[in-house]
Amino acid sequence: MAQVLVVTSGKGGVGKTTTTAALGAALAQQGQTVVVIDFDVGLRNLDLVMGAERRVVFDLVNVIQGVAKLPQALIRDKRLDTLWLLPASQTRDKDALTSNGVARVIAELKQKFDWVICDSPAGIERGATLAMRHADAAVIVTNPEVSSVRDSDRIIGLLDAKTEKAEKGGRVDKHLLITRYDPLRASKGEMLNIDDVLDILSVPLIGVVPESEEVLRASNVGSPVTLCNPSSAAARAYGEAARRLKGENLPVTIPSDKKRLFTRLFGRRAA
Amino acid sequence: MSLLDWIRPRASAPVARDRLKILLAHERAFRGQSDLLGVLREEIMSVVCRHMSVAPDQVQVRMDRGQSVSTLAIDIELPSSPGVLLAAGS
Repeated sequence: MAQVLVVTSGKGGVGKTTTTAALGAALAQQGQTVVVIDFDVGLRNLDLVMGAERRVVFDLVNVIQGVAKLPQALIRDKRLDTLWLLPASQTRDKDALTSNGVARVIAELKQKFDWVICDSPAGIERGATLAMRHADAAVIVTNPEVSSVRDSDRIIGLLDAKTEKAEKGGRVDKHLLITRYDPLRASKGEMLNIDDVLDILSVPLIGVVPESEEVLRASNVGSPVTLCNPSSAAARAYGEAARRLKGENLPVTIPSDKKRLFTRLFGRRAA
Repeated sequence: MSLLDWIRPRASAPVARDRLKILLAHERAFRGQSDLLGVLREEIMSVVCRHMSVAPDQVQVRMDRGQSVSTLAIDIELPSSPGVLLAAGS
């Protein structure tokens, strides 16, 4: 049975698109069939992060409006043949996404894939509520920073109220993914630490992605970080998160500042 | 400088955590009731206006949310000329 997963956050720029690409690729690398859908109509970027920007012919809105059939709009990843992308449209018409249209597309994709991953736009408007509408599970991407945590709390409220599952009396499985975590700054009390964020949001943790130059490098070259540099800490965090999504029970790796302790003690004097 | 940092780190994360806890406790309580302050302001204005003529900008509604106690302050600037006060009971 296909799982519909929404990657959401409320706040922009916290890493939803990076996470969608990385988790999608990680699940595909682990043998699952995956489609990632960009819901950010007007500001599509998942195609760019996945390196498929020059292959977009039709998009989600075209499929909804009946201009194209779903198979015509799906783009197969060149590196992983079980990973597909359904890009967003660049139209400025925010009402181009209809509730019925999205329901139809998701229902059709559920027939063909193990995972349907919806990359939500920022905010709490139509695009964001439609992206979460049919979700079975949600990954809430949060930075250890006050505005991001506050917006995540708002999104958690929406997941519990405005989704199809919630309206039928069920629950969307919520998972917290903390990104851009800097263990050194957290240990010095300059950044909210993992326990603070978990205590405030009360959502189970699925992974902690450390602040990493590999993430930027991956988006520069248009490759999900789990493919671009599988041995990097960020890629390992996403890989483990993907395994947890599949139901595996493994402890979350919390990035530590052990490596930097040496620099902290001795490096600074030289700097 | 680095030695000072070690002894007395400027830990701002606890401040962030406490501010968030207070804010979210309130936002969760009022979730669904949109713009509580705006609604209060409207209703208080309509009651005040029934009895005296005051301009909207002469009514200030302020809220201060604390962890255990929150205060709501309503400050109405009354017109100085007695003629504008409507007769009670009218």
